[in-house]
Amino acid sequence: MAGRVLLIEDEVNIAEAIRFLLTRDGCEVEVLADGHAAVAAVARALPDLVILDLMLPGMSGLEILSALRADPVTVAVPVLMLTAKGQGRDREAAERAGVSAFMSKPFANAEMRATVRALLGA
Amino acid sequence: MPFNILVLACLTYVAALFGVAFLAERRASRGMLGFLRSPLVYTLSLSIYCTAWTFYGAVGYAARSGLEFLTIYLGPTLIFVGWWWVLRKLVRIGRQQRVTSIADLISSRYGKSNLLGVVVTVIAVVAATPYIALQLQSVTLSFGVFASETPEGWALPNRDATAVWVAAGLALFTILFGTRNLDAKEQHHGIVTAIAVEAVVKLVALIAVGMFVVWGLAGGPAAIIARIQSYSDSHWVIQPGRWVGLIFLSAAAVISLPRMFQVLVVENVDERHLARASWAFPLYLFLMSLFILPIAVIGLERMPADTNPDMLVLTLPLAEGQGALAMLAFLGGFSSATSMVIVETIALATMLSNHILMPAWLWLRPKATLSGDLRRAVLLARRLSIMGVLALGFAYFRLSGGSTALAAIGLIAFAGMAQVLPALLGGIFWRGATKTGAGAGLVIGFVVWAYTLFLPSFGEGGVISAQVFAEGPFGLAWLRPQALFGTEAMDPLVHSIFWSLALNTAAFCAGSILSFPDPVERIQGAAFVNAFDSEAQAERLGWTHGKAEPEALLNMAQRILGEEALSFFEAEARAQGKAGYLPDMTPSFLAGLERRLAGSVGAATAHAMISQLFGDATVTVEDLMAVANETAQIMEYSARLEEQQEELSRTARQLREVNEKLTQLSVQKDAFLSQISHELRTPMTSIRAFSEILTEGDLPPAMVADYGRIIHTEAVRLTRLLDDLLDLSVLENGTVQLNLGLANLGQMIDHALAAAGQTRPERSFDIQRDFAAEEIFLRTDADRLVQVFINLISNARKYCDAAQPVLKIAVRQKGGRVVVDFIDNGTGIAKDAQGLIFEKFARLTDQTRAGGAGLGLAICREVMANLGGTVSYLPGQRGAAFRVTVPLRLEKQAA
Repeated sequence: MAGRVLLIEDEVNIAEAIRFLLTRDGCEVEVLADGHAAVAAVARALPDLVILDLMLPGMSGLEILSALRADPVTVAVPVLMLTAKGQGRDREAAERAGVSAFMSKPFANAEMRATVRALLGA
Repeated sequence: MPFNILVLACLTYVAALFGVAFLAERRASRGMLGFLRSPLVYTLSLSIYCTAWTFYGAVGYAARSGLEFLTIYLGPTLIFVGWWWVLRKLVRIGRQQRVTSIADLISSRYGKSNLLGVVVTVIAVVAATPYIALQLQSVTLSFGVFASETPEGWALPNRDATAVWVAAGLALFTILFGTRNLDAKEQHHGIVTAIAVEAVVKLVALIAVGMFVVWGLAGGPAAIIARIQSYSDSHWVIQPGRWVGLIFLSAAAVISLPRMFQVLVVENVDERHLARASWAFPLYLFLMSLFILPIAVIGLERMPADTNPDMLVLTLPLAEGQGALAMLAFLGGFSSATSMVIVETIALATMLSNHILMPAWLWLRPKATLSGDLRRAVLLARRLSIMGVLALGFAYFRLSGGSTALAAIGLIAFAGMAQVLPALLGGIFWRGATKTGAGAGLVIGFVVWAYTLFLPSFGEGGVISAQVFAEGPFGLAWLRPQALFGTEAMDPLVHSIFWSLALNTAAFCAGSILSFPDPVERIQGAAFVNAFDSEAQAERLGWTHGKAEPEALLNMAQRILGEEALSFFEAEARAQGKAGYLPDMTPSFLAGLERRLAGSVGAATAHAMISQLFGDATVTVEDLMAVANETAQIMEYSARLEEQQEELSRTARQLREVNEKLTQLSVQKDAFLSQISHELRTPMTSIRAFSEILTEGDLPPAMVADYGRIIHTEAVRLTRLLDDLLDLSVLENGTVQLNLGLANLGQMIDHALAAAGQTRPERSFDIQRDFAAEEIFLRTDADRLVQVFINLISNARKYCDAAQPVLKIAVRQKGGRVVVDFIDNGTGIAKDAQGLIFEKFARLTDQTRAGGAGLGLAICREVMANLGGTVSYLPGQRGAAFRVTVPLRLEKQAA
């Protein structure tokens, strides 16, 4: 599994776990904690996958998603949304905004890796 | 005939009258009106028109002027036969307006003006006083006749004393039966019945004397007619002017004399009695006048030339030796005089007390209406008035010396009272008549009458000097009392009637046209002039007046009461033992119906409706006022309803607000749960991910150690979060157990600083303290207070962004409270965020730096509330500043 993954997560420990797992699977993982920086980063160099936390300081995951989907350059980039709130409402909102996949925290490592693999088309 | 027998006869007769009056009163008070309500009694009571003047004086009049005496009977006859509709209207109005006297009627018609009532009362008293004197005189004279004509030869002991006794007796009788009870309608059944009896006595007496004269002395009708014929040709001259004037005058008198008004209108119990009276009363007058001429002619022939013709009715039988007949005639005359005086006195006393004495008394004692002695005051006023009127009559009798011919006095009274006529008739037929017009007419008419007739009656040089008679006052010839404006050729009586009534009417019309009626006058004017209209309307609607059809009544009741009406009618019919749903119209049924209607439409309206249906009394102004009053009450009620409605909508608004608040709370709760979920899931995510990585087993040992530490950190974070949540929940519920004790503030701060040092231990803080000020012993829960301090110091350590962080801890004692400020030198908290920081999960920066769940300040706030103190943000300092206020001595657990 190869691909460039942009991970946007403000919880450093969670970010570290995901980075470790995906790097081990052969992905190139860039971690960002800030929403605004993330949008700029995506526009700078289009990643193969964006993993978004829903609750972020500065700009929420949903806002980032909407921004990505509104830009023709980034409109097609796959986005995996992670959330710790675990409420149905958030999933629906994310799906309306055009999320590619949605996972609740905490997640099983295997499941997360499988989802990423599927999204990367490998 | 001995004087004693005469007196005895009088006393017996009066005692009999007492008995009659007493029995009638008793029957009336038991509601057994029976014959008392008959048209016969009504007609006979009208006969007080025939006073002693008519009984004795008519013969004297005939002896002097022939047939002219008939004019006195012709006027009333014309009125009763031809103008009964005027009387009917008067009676109807009297009933509708509950009129108590002619003064009351005039005052009521012209906007309830008491001034007019006073004017009419004064006119009535002035005009009636000579008339009452005349009655006293005739009784006294008749006593005198017996004294001088009888062979026994006793002399009347004392003329004045006799008159005093007669007046006193009459006063007693009148007070006894005239003021027994206070009836709003001023009806006196006892007196009316006694008067009816007297009417029979005087008619029988006069006819008896007449028949004795015609058949006993003259030798039959043919002979008497021949004698009258021969006598009249040579002695009597018919004066057409006087005839017209006198017929008019007597016609006016029968309506406007206070006593006539009393029996005609006030004492009337049933309007239909007027139908009988309209022919029966003229018949009575006819019978009364039938034998006048024969008695006069035979008397003139047979008696000595110096005989007083006014006493022929008595002297003729006496001269012929008919003692019993003379006695009967005497009782007839006595009846005529007493009945007139009694009724006149009652009528005048009613006016005097209602229009002069009572208003004056109430004016002097305005609070009296509130106390119970009003009734006593009214009765006293009546009694004083009765005595006053009789005293006035007696005084006039003394002053005038009893010399003037009876008929002349009577005519003066007639003319005086006739001044009321324009205001009276104008009032009931002309809506435009006003108070001003009526007052002007009455006063001018009265003044002209007094000047041209009443004062001259005292004789030349009596009140008006001979010079004024001859040349007029101040030499103004056109103002001569008996030749106003140069009308010299007229008969003085006709002259006075003509000018007084002409000027009266002119002033009345001019005043009415030139002035404008006030609202009450307009209402009353309409009610008087249209007295029959309301009933005509009722008849159109199918209610015959006086008797409402039960169906119509049910119809009306249903319109107001709905279903209840039918069940009420059915129940009443059953109670009366009748099948169906139409009960008899008994008073009790009507009263019940009125009560039920009152429940729906108000008492006054209900009363007005029932009265309207039964024609007993149509709607008066008072009724209208009462209806208006009720309407006002209903409006007030609806205003109250509106108020209640407003209150309801206010409550609804409050409920809406509460609901909104609850919805908001529910949203907050959802947000809180969502927050907690997030706060719990976040550490769990790390723990789960790393524990899965660790279980896979092929990691370098350094990484295992790192990841193990992460799991530990996140587990600790999770535990702290759960602790905080639990703590907050306990604090918010108020179920926290406080551990109160004495503690040194400085030591507490020491503990807090030591504990908070673990937060970002890498930062060195400059702590500024005032140890002297901290030497305070607090009675509080030291652990809880230290918890708050730790929180605040930790926050400062976390968030103070100054390069050289400084935390100043200032302590101040203020009354029973201690204030501890924690001020750092960082940026502080933005103004718009200051209100939020004490809310749960109100973390302002990213949580990595803070490392807490965002419950710290929320817990602080709850702890301080439990310690009876506060914690607040202190704006306006250089950095972030929190102030903790805590009571010096916390005595008991605060909520």
